[in-house]
Amino acid sequence: LSCKVLSSVVTPCYCFVSPQIRVKPDNTGVVTDGVKHSMNPFCEIAVEEAVKLKEKKLIKEVVAVSCGPQQSQETIRTALAMGADRGIHVDVSGKDYENLGPLQVSKILAALAKQEDAQLILLGKQAIDDDCNQTGQMTAALLDWPQGTFASEVSLEGDKINLVREIDGGLEHIKINTPAVITADLRLNTPRYATLPNIMKAKKKKIVTVKPADLGVDVTSRLEVLKVEEPPQRQAGMKVETVEDLVVKLKEAGRV
Amino acid sequence: NSQTVVNRSFKQLSRPWGACQAGWRSTSSRSVPDVASHHPAEVVSSFPPLQTYTEEEGMMREAVKKYAQERIFPLVSQMDENSQMDKEVIKSLFEQGLMGIEIDPEYGGTGSSFFSSILVIEELAKVDPSVAVLCDIQNTLINTLFVKLGTPAQKEKYLNRLSTDMIGSFCLSEAESGSDAFALKTRAEKHKDYYVINGSKMWISNAEHAGVFLVMANVDLSAGYRGITCFIVDRDTEGLEIGKKENKLGLRASSTCPLNFDNVKVPEKNILGEIGHGYKYAIGMLNEGRIGIAAQMLGLAQGCFDHTVPYTRQRVQFGKRIFDFQGMQHQIAHVATQIEAARLLTYNAARLKEAGRTFIKEACMAKYFSAEVATLTTSKCIEWMGGVGFTKDYPIEKYYRDCKIGTIYEGTTNIQLSTMAKFIDKEYNV
Repeated sequence: LSCKVLSSVVTPCYCFVSPQIRVKPDNTGVVTDGVKHSMNPFCEIAVEEAVKLKEKKLIKEVVAVSCGPQQSQETIRTALAMGADRGIHVDVSGKDYENLGPLQVSKILAALAKQEDAQLILLGKQAIDDDCNQTGQMTAALLDWPQGTFASEVSLEGDKINLVREIDGGLEHIKINTPAVITADLRLNTPRYATLPNIMKAKKKKIVTVKPADLGVDVTSRLEVLKVEEPPQRQAGMKVETVEDLVVKLKEAGRV
Repeated sequence: NSQTVVNRSFKQLSRPWGACQAGWRSTSSRSVPDVASHHPAEVVSSFPPLQTYTEEEGMMREAVKKYAQERIFPLVSQMDENSQMDKEVIKSLFEQGLMGIEIDPEYGGTGSSFFSSILVIEELAKVDPSVAVLCDIQNTLINTLFVKLGTPAQKEKYLNRLSTDMIGSFCLSEAESGSDAFALKTRAEKHKDYYVINGSKMWISNAEHAGVFLVMANVDLSAGYRGITCFIVDRDTEGLEIGKKENKLGLRASSTCPLNFDNVKVPEKNILGEIGHGYKYAIGMLNEGRIGIAAQMLGLAQGCFDHTVPYTRQRVQFGKRIFDFQGMQHQIAHVATQIEAARLLTYNAARLKEAGRTFIKEACMAKYFSAEVATLTTSKCIEWMGGVGFTKDYPIEKYYRDCKIGTIYEGTTNIQLSTMAKFIDKEYNV
């Protein structure tokens, strides 16, 4: 498979350093100020897979893409330090960034894939901040490409791809044509550490910044977030001595 | 004219600091200002705070933090208990490029800066000061000596191995000469084109695993310290005997061994630098190594503190968190201030060195102060943790044991203070 370009999507996600996620006082979202952001774990796995394919000489080039404000470049640099060849930063900031959802990202990726003449798009199956699990699928639909989602094994065979997917019933083996979209699941691989020499090499790699408008994409959201609230506080439980007591208590609570 | 001096050093200062913001690596002539990563939106101040890092330094610190937490932390307790550095840890240190931080990529190194080494040592020390000292000695003593003094042949032979799989040891101290280092008695007798080394060394770190030893021996004892010469001795050289490692209070995973030299033949080409200049090299290297130790002690203090404060926020007595008692708050804030001061001293000494300015007094201050802060911090942390701080189930007591060496090795506190006093004396010499 002589892949021209492999696009690997790197979505910056909220990775909380200390596990106290707080809802904003106005209930419009979660507090993101001062919270450490880093690469989405599933995207890390996607980048690792892309770099592995390049090391096996099955693809020519790995391009890391991230949509977001200036800080997204750090995430791209991490991908470069893992072995990606160059980066594209799609600059989306402020209110646009807060409302950036899977549909807009898919449109951006589809536009980039056409522009870069990519043969393969590798993404994480979902972002751990919103758990949408939609971007990969939507991108494939927009491009009318086959998709292999929840991949736990990927191998290239000629100009086709053999995939093992993790599904509720077990493992599904499929064969898809290229160009294609693949989303990475947890067991696809174990991402490498960015070694210090690779971090140094990454400095010389290029990151190009573009705007969604340059790609002909309108990032206005079709969704409006009405409210974000914390789950109800966990109430204390009750202990009962016998099964009869349990039934009485359940009836009292109107549960039976 | 003091005004001109100030202006000159001002100019020298503003370029590296300003360029730092644009992602430029200061001293090396190899690097080119990375203008591409300079963003017009950023305000480039000529005097950014000391805790400003280039993008590269920031990424390195994050990478090492993650690596240390995932690959070293699980093994710390066991390595301390058995007084044994895990082979996998050593291997992964090399794989991550942490053992050749300033070595040129041409020799398999990382090609980064001194300050990056300092950050790496600090991050490693937060998790295990023993691992940090292994990394510190390799980078600030061994590699620097080879890079600065090595002939092309010596660099060719050793630098690659030092970046990829070989540990080095620096052999200066002896049983009868610690602080009085130049009174060393190990001698090297010249024979045609080789030397024969006889004597013994003590307190040699990394000796258990080292593949190469930089041995300070005297070629002419009648010349006093002006006979001290630095010899490169490979591990498998006949006559070199590595003694049993010491059973230490702290830094137990770092091997510390006596060495014996029994008619060890070393070819002339294994002299590093010039004959009789060894004392200069030793002093020079130790001035830099000092900043590394300061970083180690700093990381130790911070790591210990980071383990303790969450406990004080959780532990409830008399109906409130122990953190909420004013007595505790004052103690905690005091220690936090000391750590911050130690950090600033250390970072500033490192930046001064990178800027090519005099840094010896500042390096002494950083090492002395950081070691004292580590002692204070660990002692208080055990108290704040109460009974659990006293048990081996919690990592605090290890930090307490590890910190003590900070006031002793690579120049005792008394030596640091005397050195500083010499500088102060000169400053007031009108």
